[in-house]
Amino acid sequence: MASENGYANSGEYITHHLQNLQVCRDDAGEWVFGKCPGEFWALNVDSMFWSILLGLIFLFLFRVVAKKPSASKPGRWQAFVEIIVELVDGAVKETFHGKSKLIAPLALTVFVWVFLMNLMDLVPVDWVPLFSEKVLHLPYMKIVPTTDVNITFGMSLSVFVLIIFYTIKNKGIGGFIAELTLHPIAPPLKGPGIIAAPFIIAFNFILESVALLAKPLSLSLRLFGNLFAGELIFILIAIIGYFQLPLHFGWAVFHVLIITLQAYIFMMLTIVYLSLASEKH
Amino acid sequence: MDLNATVIGQSIAMVVFVWFCMKFIWPPLLAAIEERQEKIAEGLAAAEQGAERLDQARAEAEEIVADARRQATQILDQANARANEIVADGKNEGERERERQLTAAKAEIEQETNRAREELRGQVSAIAVAGAEKILNREIDAKAHDDILGKLAAEI
Repeated sequence: MASENGYANSGEYITHHLQNLQVCRDDAGEWVFGKCPGEFWALNVDSMFWSILLGLIFLFLFRVVAKKPSASKPGRWQAFVEIIVELVDGAVKETFHGKSKLIAPLALTVFVWVFLMNLMDLVPVDWVPLFSEKVLHLPYMKIVPTTDVNITFGMSLSVFVLIIFYTIKNKGIGGFIAELTLHPIAPPLKGPGIIAAPFIIAFNFILESVALLAKPLSLSLRLFGNLFAGELIFILIAIIGYFQLPLHFGWAVFHVLIITLQAYIFMMLTIVYLSLASEKH
Repeated sequence: MDLNATVIGQSIAMVVFVWFCMKFIWPPLLAAIEERQEKIAEGLAAAEQGAERLDQARAEAEEIVADARRQATQILDQANARANEIVADGKNEGERERERQLTAAKAEIEQETNRAREELRGQVSAIAVAGAEKILNREIDAKAHDDILGKLAAEI
């Protein structure tokens, strides 16, 4: 409830809940919280903390099984882990036809990690921020890392680097440049039309560069947008007082779908982009 | 909402997690899954083989049973034949024995009859003599009329 928790109005409540706990150096060279808007060398401590914590939880939960996998007598947890592994493995094998030791584990990590980060959205919006404010004396605490564009962009940027790496690895630098310049309109190489070739190449380059750059951008903004909107609605529901309970429940049930779906989409698109990068035309 | 160094932090975290997953999580899990798939395939093949073998054994058993049945019938037939033979033998023996006994009895009866006849003959002659004595009221020399009396006795 906005007014009871010392917020002047609901607007302040919302902005407070959407503010990351940022740390940076001020002009005097001291580390300060929450006074660094627009500065690049600032770190969203809460996003990083929860993201790494959830990543470690994922690694731990899966490592427990991977340490002593039993081929003949899998326990319940192993069976569950194997279901996920087989799901990811199936998706990778269906889409990616080359051989790569990286793509399947990458897809698994992305899927489970993003899913866990999205899952934090189901924790009631006031619990952790109140706890951190009253007990830890931290002014802000945003616990859903995927509602921070830095997190999703950091992931899609890694995927982008992999896309370029795979393109160059499988097609060579020449192939990479050719892909950027010789599609979708093939420039004429003979006859009088050759005068038009530079223009066509330039046109292709602009088009293909945008297409290439749109991949990481859309990948990160899709996840961020969905989760940010979901979180915002949770906050809005939290403002309305006691009637929030049925609404909150309804939205949470619906949001479970978004959480899973967005994690799955992020994984699938990662696989698709990487398989496009390694396929030869 | 501004982009800041968190992007770099998250990228580093992602590289580390993916590397860990690639090194320590994915290979053993997939190995276990593949091993199990192999085992299941083997098990299915073994089950199929077992079913085949069972069919074979069943056919063999049926053959053996049929054989045994045939043999049993044969033995039964033989036994029946033998029994019939024994019964026939017994019948013949009995017949012969009866015949023998009958003959012996007949002979004995004949003998007895003859003996009784002889005895009776002797007695009849004595009775006839006594009767004649009484009729004639006198002593008749038995020796003198013995031949007549003998003839008389023979006629009886």
